[in-house]
Amino acid sequence: MMGNAQKVVPWLVLALLLVFLPVWFNSSFALTILSRIGIMIIFAIAYNMLLGQGGMLSFGHAVYFGMSGYFTVHFIGGMQDAATPYFPISLLPILGGLIGLILGILIGYVSTRRAGTTFAMISLGFGEMFTALTLVLVAFFNGEEGIQADRWVGPEPLGITFGPDIQVYYLIAIWTFIAVAAMFILTKTPFGRVSNAVRDNPERAEFVGYNTQRVRWLAFALSSFFAGLAGALYAVNYEHIGFETVSAATSGLVLFMVYIGGVRNFLGPIIGAVLITVLDSVLSDFSEAWFLYLGVIFIITVMFAPEGLAGLIFMHEPIWKAKPALLRALFVPYLMALGATLVACVGLIGLFELFYHVSQDLVVPDEMNLFGIVTDTASVLPWIVYAVIAGVGLFLCREAYPRTKMVWDDVISETRAALVQ
Amino acid sequence: MEIFLFSLFNGLLYGMMLFLLASGLTLIFSMMGVLNFAHASFFMLGAYFAYTISTLVGFIPALIVAPILVGVIGALVEKYGLRPVHKFGHVAELLFTFGLAFLIEEVVQLIWGRVAMDYQIPAFLKFTAFSWQGLDYQAYRVFMLLVSVGIFVALYWVLTRTRVGLIIQAALSHSAMTGALGHNVERVFMVTFGFGCALAGVAGVIGGNVLGTEPAMALQLGPIVFVVIVIGGLGSLGGALVASIFIGVLDFMANSYDLSFAPFFSLLGISADMGGTWTDLASLSSANIAPVLPYLLLVLMLIFRPRGLFGTRDV
Repeated sequence: MMGNAQKVVPWLVLALLLVFLPVWFNSSFALTILSRIGIMIIFAIAYNMLLGQGGMLSFGHAVYFGMSGYFTVHFIGGMQDAATPYFPISLLPILGGLIGLILGILIGYVSTRRAGTTFAMISLGFGEMFTALTLVLVAFFNGEEGIQADRWVGPEPLGITFGPDIQVYYLIAIWTFIAVAAMFILTKTPFGRVSNAVRDNPERAEFVGYNTQRVRWLAFALSSFFAGLAGALYAVNYEHIGFETVSAATSGLVLFMVYIGGVRNFLGPIIGAVLITVLDSVLSDFSEAWFLYLGVIFIITVMFAPEGLAGLIFMHEPIWKAKPALLRALFVPYLMALGATLVACVGLIGLFELFYHVSQDLVVPDEMNLFGIVTDTASVLPWIVYAVIAGVGLFLCREAYPRTKMVWDDVISETRAALVQ
Repeated sequence: MEIFLFSLFNGLLYGMMLFLLASGLTLIFSMMGVLNFAHASFFMLGAYFAYTISTLVGFIPALIVAPILVGVIGALVEKYGLRPVHKFGHVAELLFTFGLAFLIEEVVQLIWGRVAMDYQIPAFLKFTAFSWQGLDYQAYRVFMLLVSVGIFVALYWVLTRTRVGLIIQAALSHSAMTGALGHNVERVFMVTFGFGCALAGVAGVIGGNVLGTEPAMALQLGPIVFVVIVIGGLGSLGGALVASIFIGVLDFMANSYDLSFAPFFSLLGISADMGGTWTDLASLSSANIAPVLPYLLLVLMLIFRPRGLFGTRDV
């Protein structure tokens, strides 16, 4: 019984969060972000079915997301003109998923023959091809402008018109729950396990009797289905779709989300999608340099934490299971390392923001708002202050990191000792 | 005939510039087995450095200094960035270079801003070199061609006829054995990586003022260079040359001849008066699909002949 309860609790938490988040964050800006988060969570987990579960690095997965979005917008537009049969808006994600699935089956057939670099290159090729097509086939894609449609169409069961954003949010929330649950169950099926096997050792999987190409193809098609589902929700949410949704920018963004969140854990893509979407929505208004920071975070993840944020969190799991009291010893070192990092970040970000401000192409006033302080970029003082803060922070980091590492090594060896007993 | 010669000349020019990029990329690939996603970003850095240096000092110093700078940056990236990531496998290396490409683009915007730079062709090469069949050929374009052909010859000579070239070739194919013979293989890798980046830098210097020096230039050219080295065969210098020129000429031919595909589509029963996407399809011309062509070739190549035209191993 206990085991079952432990399995149910996370899903209950997810459901409750999805229901009550808009009650706590009820501004229209927050609601927009919440809707976006839901869509990106589906897309990110779908992407991780390839990268994390199947070991296929794709640089063009936005194709299935964006193409499904285009079809969805065309379909809604068709319903407005009565050119296409009526289909409930709330079920459009299924249609979008099928578009993704069909494309995934077709393109997957040729691209999943091999994993690794070949797969990555073919995915890049298809991504660039579709991006180029958006500018060629004008009637369908309408170039850089994109296409739009009004989702307020057809009968209104229970008064649901999908006019207000809150109704669309709950539609996205329900689909997020369904899609996350479905993709989680997939990881537990024999197919999910074989997919892992093909990722880790294709040769051995082949010897055991699995057709590795078939397994990758299936994983690719299913991943494209969920990417398409997310794309349809995107189209319903924004009532507009543009060429950037199929382009390398979107493919890159979802890769960043998944990798920074962590590819080896089911929660990783969720963490990444939430974090990056929130930062993207909030910071891009304040900082021109946001994408620079994102790139730096990504490179740091690749170099020092290849299992992502989820990996960092879950490396404490054995300690927690063996002897939770040991975690207490880590508290102070973590606090120090975190503090040092924060100081260094404030200094460096300050410098970057100053630099961005003065290097802008437009003529701008010397004053800028930096961390809520009106700063005169023409004077030397702020530059010196932030340089000093950055220097102090980096020095503190150099002091704090090795100490934290020492405590961590002690804790790990004690955990081992506790496990042996 | 004029159109043919004109697109042949310009295609050759564009192709030779692609080759400058592709040669470095293909060398780096055969060395480390990793595709450097950021290779075109070094091309962009070359163009930006050249712009700044040429406004300060002049074009000739820029032609020498900018590639050296780019090469040094490349070598540092290899030593402090790529080498530590190597232990995590090829996917991590590919991801690192992907992140690097993204980062370089942002840093370029941070330093030079988002708009295109006014990087001009040097004044002393702005005259008409020769006229043929009623078309003028600018001296700068001839100069570009000479530089890139010169580099190809020099590169080929160094790699096949000198001791340094022999060591590099040995390090590429049998790195452990070369190390056992007393050569510092890690340093060979670093220098080769830096040198490949410097070649991309040269392409940036001589191509930046023709193609335009802007933050998006790396993203535009990068995937095309991938296409080139896959079609030529990864690790093959001769293949890279043939594929570069092929892609370059193909691009200009498709654009200047502007062939219509209407006869082909009418065979399928699609005509221009059917409306919507059908009209778009029926009125497609070769100029329309020119940007799609390289990727189509890439996909077809990877499906049917993954080792490329002259490659010795599959991707």
